[in-house]
Amino acid sequence: MANMAQAIRMALHYGEENLGVTDIFGEDVGAPLGGVFTCTQGLKTTWNTPLDERGIIGAAMGLAMAGQRPVAEIQFADYVFNTIDLLKLAGNTCWSTNGDWHLPMVVMTPVGAGIRGSIYHSHSFDAMMSHIPGWKIVMPSNPLDAYGLLLSAVQEENPVMYLPPKALMRVRGEELIPGEPADARELSKLIDAPLGDRSQWKAQWPDLGYYAVPIGKGKIVREGDTITVVSWGRTVPMCAQAAKQLEAEGISAEVIDLRTIYPYDWEMVKASIEKTGKVLFVNEDTEITNFGEHLVRRTVDELFFKLLAAPKIVAGKHVPGIGLSDPLERASVPQNEDIVAAMRALAAEQP
Amino acid sequence: MSRPRLVDSAKSGPSLAPEQLVQMHDLMVKARVLEERLIQMYKQGDGYFWIGGPGEEAFNVPLGLLIKKGRGLDFDYLHFHYRQSATLLAMGEEPIGALRQMKNTATDPYSGGRNFAGHFSKAEWNLCPVTSPIEVQYGTAIGTGLAQKRYGGDAITIVTGGDAGTAEGDFASCLVWSSRPGNELPILMIVTHNKWGISTASSTQQGARSIADRGTAFGIKNKVIDGNDPVVAYRELQEAMAYVRKERKPFLLEVTVSRLYGHSSASGANFVTNEVDCLAQFEQKLEADGIMTRQAIDEVRERWTSAIAAMAKQAREEPLPAPESIWNNIFWERK
Repeated sequence: MANMAQAIRMALHYGEENLGVTDIFGEDVGAPLGGVFTCTQGLKTTWNTPLDERGIIGAAMGLAMAGQRPVAEIQFADYVFNTIDLLKLAGNTCWSTNGDWHLPMVVMTPVGAGIRGSIYHSHSFDAMMSHIPGWKIVMPSNPLDAYGLLLSAVQEENPVMYLPPKALMRVRGEELIPGEPADARELSKLIDAPLGDRSQWKAQWPDLGYYAVPIGKGKIVREGDTITVVSWGRTVPMCAQAAKQLEAEGISAEVIDLRTIYPYDWEMVKASIEKTGKVLFVNEDTEITNFGEHLVRRTVDELFFKLLAAPKIVAGKHVPGIGLSDPLERASVPQNEDIVAAMRALAAEQP
Repeated sequence: MSRPRLVDSAKSGPSLAPEQLVQMHDLMVKARVLEERLIQMYKQGDGYFWIGGPGEEAFNVPLGLLIKKGRGLDFDYLHFHYRQSATLLAMGEEPIGALRQMKNTATDPYSGGRNFAGHFSKAEWNLCPVTSPIEVQYGTAIGTGLAQKRYGGDAITIVTGGDAGTAEGDFASCLVWSSRPGNELPILMIVTHNKWGISTASSTQQGARSIADRGTAFGIKNKVIDGNDPVVAYRELQEAMAYVRKERKPFLLEVTVSRLYGHSSASGANFVTNEVDCLAQFEQKLEADGIMTRQAIDEVRERWTSAIAAMAKQAREEPLPAPESIWNNIFWERK
């Protein structure tokens, strides 16, 4: 079973072999390193850039204008902030030219806490990104979705922001990517670059199959009828685990992995809330103008009379950074026990 | 490495053929009349904001005439700023588009009524969208330059910005990315130097000997030229373009120009009398050299004044975009 970093690598390989991806680039993306998370090892269209995030995004936009299909990486989402106006520009290019230009480009940047990344390797970016119209924004929570969402992203005619959670990069999936060997050691031998001298190394790619997760479609991770839990990215497996734990207490939680932040699968969320009447939104971005707050607003606007309790959010604390010391990080972003407690409290609420 | 040098127009070598001079004059007048009409529309309430390039025609017209125009990698990619209507007209664009954009009509071919005047876009000619943020075009130019380097051929990327904008990091990005050893990019970087950033004199903000000189540190060939003389501009552009087309390496061209109506309507958009008027200067030369008579010169202006006034009238009568059109083209709508 692949981990998420391997899944991304295989998706990019599939993309450059079959879907017209022309350039995979960013800081340390090409040989010899193949990405600080190893997501771009062994690929044929990778190259290294100067340490210049604005240049990277500008280059991606220009490549897309010139008919190429670029995938640009910003090494950590913490360093994408100085490109915000370029992201706005990429997002408004089709609209401001009234359809004269459009930009088929993917920007990939790892997000979130959980790797003891301190103040500048722990930022989330989903809420900020949701303020930039004209982009499609996806966030995988497992290797198979990471593969499937990336295959969709590289076929898009619009800019796609691809946000893999750093903390999940090394987590193995439970479902096979079409074509990958089931044995993790065998996969590693084929596609993981060796330590030390890599100059003669070439990846031996398995015969991968096409598997695309449509952008805009969520996934019911676990069915239930007492409460609805909607999450994305790193907190999805935590919510699924919490739901499993609470089953013993008679709480039947339906867990939805949103997978796409925009355009999001409201139909799936709505149908679940109509069934349960109670909803909790969980994610690790800071809580003020959190994307979950938009979902709360829409829930209240459209489903008020179906609700049995006020919609709730568990999100990151509105603090300037994630402190490195363990108690600081744990106090800053949702932990398993926070999610369990919030789900239990919501289930117990009576109208 | 050539050192930056100022070219004296009197020493600029042989002139161009008379018919070429007459053609350039016609386009310069057409562009000036268009900009003056846009300003008038703004002042009469037929637009919310004006920004443009009166005073840069002597450079922008030759640039437009020398561009390899078309769609795709066999043609030049253009990353312009908002003072280049004269370049577009020289490329063969109809002036009514600029008037429609000023009036923000539904028929505005560049933005459907969404953007400021001078914010052109024309994918059919590889003209990338002109933006209000300063200098971002130097970032996107990297991408088209990369694609053209890989593709080969003789088409190039041309990026234009002003002197004030070179203080932005994106200008440095373009210098760095276009000169990576073994990966040099075919980008003609143009800086039109009008000595101002809105109200701030560039001499108070930038200490480099010249902007072009910044190219020297990167091994980028560079030159400072007089952009008030269309013959000089034509010759120097030919030379710089030939280098970029053939060598597939960058060139930084700094061009001194005037800003004849201030920064934009925000600063009044009134004619200034203390800067060189490239059009008046060219007309004097044409007359002195016996290329055109004053009467012929006046007729050109009258012809374009009348034609563009009629176009402005037409644009004013066209419908504005429908409110529900705000939802169109947020994402690409497959044609």
